[in-house]
Amino acid sequence: MNVLHFLRTIKIIWERELIRFWRDKGRMFITVFQPLMYLFIFGTGLRQTLARGNFGVDFIQFMYPGIVAMSVMSIAFFATISTVWDREFGFLKEILVAPVPRTAIALGKTAGAMTMAIIQASVLLCIAPFIGVRLHLAELPGIIFFVALLSLAIAGFGLLFASLVKTIENFGVIMNVFVFPMFFLSGAFFPLTAVPGWMSALSAIDPLTYGVDALRELLLRSQVAPDVLARLILHPLRVDALFLLGFSTVVISAAVVAFNKRN
Amino acid sequence: MEPIIDVKELSKRFKGLVAVDKVSFQVQKGEIFGFLGPNGAGKSTTIGMLATLVEPTSGDATVAGRSIRRSKNGVRQRIALVFQDPSLDDRLTASENLRFHAELYAVPKRDYAKREEEVLRLVDLWDRKNDIVKTYSGGMKRRLEIARGLIHYPEVLFLDEPTLGLDPQTRAHLWEYILTLKKERGMTIFMTTHYMNEAEYCDRIAIIDRGTIVALDTPSALKRMVGEDVIVLKCADKERLRKELKDRYGFDAKDERDALRLEVEDGAKFLTRLFNELDTKIEGIELRRPTLEDVFLKLTGKKIREEEPAKSGWMKHMARRA
Repeated sequence: MNVLHFLRTIKIIWERELIRFWRDKGRMFITVFQPLMYLFIFGTGLRQTLARGNFGVDFIQFMYPGIVAMSVMSIAFFATISTVWDREFGFLKEILVAPVPRTAIALGKTAGAMTMAIIQASVLLCIAPFIGVRLHLAELPGIIFFVALLSLAIAGFGLLFASLVKTIENFGVIMNVFVFPMFFLSGAFFPLTAVPGWMSALSAIDPLTYGVDALRELLLRSQVAPDVLARLILHPLRVDALFLLGFSTVVISAAVVAFNKRN
Repeated sequence: MEPIIDVKELSKRFKGLVAVDKVSFQVQKGEIFGFLGPNGAGKSTTIGMLATLVEPTSGDATVAGRSIRRSKNGVRQRIALVFQDPSLDDRLTASENLRFHAELYAVPKRDYAKREEEVLRLVDLWDRKNDIVKTYSGGMKRRLEIARGLIHYPEVLFLDEPTLGLDPQTRAHLWEYILTLKKERGMTIFMTTHYMNEAEYCDRIAIIDRGTIVALDTPSALKRMVGEDVIVLKCADKERLRKELKDRYGFDAKDERDALRLEVEDGAKFLTRLFNELDTKIEGIELRRPTLEDVFLKLTGKKIREEEPAKSGWMKHMARRA
């Protein structure tokens, strides 16, 4: 096993993910429209309720970074949890009997997830001007960096699940027990700065929290007053980055170990 | 000559159940070697171990000179495995499936185009290479899997029930490809089957029952073990016939479904005697040369049921655990 073969493996697995994504027009449609739906329904509904309080920022603008992070999470999670489908339809065997290390397979899968997440985020960034978020080009590298980092963490998380979950039937359970709580605890829909202790504690282990936090700072800091921003932001960017990086390392390693063990 | 597969006392236990029990055998280069046995006999578990998918409980084997325990990737690089259940990505085209495989097995890029055409032509799918696999029939998928397995030029091709679930015509067609592979490339083929007529294509057959090999030889040598012609007599009063056969000729007739079966040296001659002498009324007579089915019956005391199982052996095991 040389380095070149290792890289070829990552590349072809990545490529397959993208071919499949490109062919599945229904999935593409959903991934673009679902976040827009959230944004407009929740945003419009809650904006009216919150208009009277002194939130200091328009609610749609507050929610927008959260929605970007959430859709990055959905796409990245789905991209790797789809390994369960590969198992169900037999293709996983083809991958697992190949003379390649499991690490290369895991990295190829996560690379695919990251690429799709970045494409997804870019589409969503295009609507920023329409909801009154002024996007500064200088922030773009930072935003993409955090989108990549968040999708890495979530893809690893999905992969870990795929290595543990036996059949597609368990998928609904995962969505309800893990994914939806992760959405709601992440601070995408409301600020986490004034929530009870137990909720803070749960949010603190939710990787999405750190993604939302970082994207919110990067997307809003050029147009929201610093004192308002301080009330909305939990951690400095480097803390967000470190958490996501640590989380990714742990889950991806665990997934590789689990795949080696089970198959 | 060094055998290409050398199995030494290989065993596999699943939670107290012995699936394969200290099996030893050798396969020579260029052979079609068949594993014949009923479902649950340990065929698929053995193939799974040789292909490094199932970890043996004890024993070892070398495939193409590499140990299945110590050099898994070495073995994987040198074998191809065609499963009972399809393992293609049916959202991709045939060509994309092949390229995926070629990359995983590090096929040199400059050789790829040539090999792609070669293997697809071999299974007559060259003109369908850009079609999405979803549009393929069951037989085409199986052919594509064989083509895919060949693209990295393996030394041994493992076929686990290669014709299961295919119609007879497709099955015959598939065998043509398999025999071409043997003839033109000297490919070693290790296959499992529970179809007796397919086992006839093998150079040598191991008959496996309850995890052990009960016989291993060429199909004709195995049939010689039964040695004699087989006569099957159908009769309304089976017990009376059984008694008459015993009393008059000293035969212990065996049951075969609702009939009785005898093994005699010269079937035609003996039938004539039966016609003239037998008192019990006979409803049907069959005389045949021994088949592998008869060999199997003689060795294990039971018939191989030719049913269509969905999953067996380690596949079931994998599906449950994986």
